[in-house]
Amino acid sequence: MKPAKLLLGGLRYSVLAAASVAVLAPFAWLVAAAFKDKAYLNEYLFFPPLSELSAKTVNLDNFRALFAGDSTVNGTVYFWQYVLNSVFLATTTTLVQLVFCSAAGYALAKFEFRGKRALMSFMLLSMMIPGVLLFAPVYELMVTLHLVDTFTGLVLPSIATAYGTFLFRQACLAVPNEMIDAGRVDGCSELRIYLSLVMPLVRPMSGAFCLVTFLATWNAFFGPSVFLHTQSQLTLPVILNRYIGVYTNQYGVFLAGTLLAIVPPAILFFALQKEFISGLTSGAVKG
Amino acid sequence: MNTPKQYYRGAAPWLLLAPYLVVTLVFTLYPLLSAAVLAFYQTNGPASRAFVGLDNFGFLLSDPVFYRALRNTSIFALCSVFVQLPLSMGLAMLLNSGSSGWKGVFRLILFSPNLVGQIFVGILFSVLFTPRYGLINRFLHALTGWGLEQQWLGDPALVMPAIVLTALWVYVGFNMIFFLAALQGVDKSLEEAARIDGANRLQVFWNVTLPSMRHVVVFVVITSVIGSFQLFELPLALLPTSNGRGPDNSGLTVIGYLYDAAFNVGDLGLGSAVGWVVAFVILLASALQLRLTGATEET
Repeated sequence: MKPAKLLLGGLRYSVLAAASVAVLAPFAWLVAAAFKDKAYLNEYLFFPPLSELSAKTVNLDNFRALFAGDSTVNGTVYFWQYVLNSVFLATTTTLVQLVFCSAAGYALAKFEFRGKRALMSFMLLSMMIPGVLLFAPVYELMVTLHLVDTFTGLVLPSIATAYGTFLFRQACLAVPNEMIDAGRVDGCSELRIYLSLVMPLVRPMSGAFCLVTFLATWNAFFGPSVFLHTQSQLTLPVILNRYIGVYTNQYGVFLAGTLLAIVPPAILFFALQKEFISGLTSGAVKG
Repeated sequence: MNTPKQYYRGAAPWLLLAPYLVVTLVFTLYPLLSAAVLAFYQTNGPASRAFVGLDNFGFLLSDPVFYRALRNTSIFALCSVFVQLPLSMGLAMLLNSGSSGWKGVFRLILFSPNLVGQIFVGILFSVLFTPRYGLINRFLHALTGWGLEQQWLGDPALVMPAIVLTALWVYVGFNMIFFLAALQGVDKSLEEAARIDGANRLQVFWNVTLPSMRHVVVFVVITSVIGSFQLFELPLALLPTSNGRGPDNSGLTVIGYLYDAAFNVGDLGLGSAVGWVVAFVILLASALQLRLTGATEET
């Protein structure tokens, strides 16, 4: 290689490496802050040097304080309760959406019926409605339906979305019609065709969809913070946002909670990152 | 229409669609209509309401705090398009020309902040901006000798820069993924032909590469502007002592204003009015951008 080219390549990698360090530094800092004793929080930038590494400087005190429990009007609420709430809401929403969005998407891709065109246009238009416009009226509706402060009220409006339905419609278009017809000739019910013929074929798409939906629900703040009131019902983003005000002088505690809150999405992402990134960009790049 | 369509006889498609249809009717269409009505009422919580005509919009137009929120949000949107996206594009190009081994690693690292919800990012950065001890203050001080004691989140002039900087950490990698995917689809032979014809790197990028990934660029710009106008959670967690407003409302966003009006004050009518203003801005931005790309398509 020519020296000029070598220099250029070196420069390119240094820029990329610098950007990566800038991205990773806050993560490293978060991990260090969560495990440092509160007396040593500001002593070292990241972790203490090996010579000063001991249970006095680095320990689990922050996590102990976090899991000690909050006393509320309805008794003590422990941190694992918020974790459970978040896990429950994110998992339920994801699975329910997977079923209903794929069903609706399959119907739009493989059936000809009266009113389909109008329905498709309505669906595409409805994706352009900004969610914020609907917050106030949906809240009013929730009050009327007595769904405020319930998990049902949070899950119900998102059991099927236009976005998910559209994604599955696109994926189902690729399923060959002959297969579906063969299923019908063999006497399969429509439900059976959808579950055992179509669903397995759109599996890659389903993986990406589940990841995106799980992440969005896990990190959701606006909905849970408006609709949930009882402390034992709160999710991780809502309670950790409150902890900033509670633990003003020991931020190690809410940083420990934040660290725990980003672990599940990280595990999911590293396990499924190929599907995730390709699922994310497929709509934009092909379209 | 030359052949009559064969309609499926049976309830199967409607049964498959039923959950989506019911939920859309109840939680999208009905609220949309009710938002149109609600904007003309003043409410005190969901229970009591009084018709006020256009007063909600009149109030917004005369409220300096709302203008402040609009200005902050617009600044954020401009920074997203003109600072964040060029950085994303630059990194995507560096990654695209590299050998494949390290590419996946860099891509993974640069994308990773997107796993972290906006609230968690806000919580983390509210501590990183701590004077004297925060990572950002220390880093800036080590690099430039300035800024160790800087109160980023307490200084009205520095609140927006702090929000923009935090957003860069998250979204540069996100948009980079889209640009990278688009760059991989650009026809290499076109670029080579231009190089042979004597075009320099910048000319090739501007006249060949960028036009051939136009659709993705437009998509990313639109989603960035729309996302910017929905900014809310990041400043809320970043500025906890002032409920996301910052000193002198220097960090207040339009959605922050909506949240306060609708859910803290309890005026869902005013909240709906703000919602319509945001919806209008978003539709305008989308229409403008679609028009712009339509124009480039003809040349």
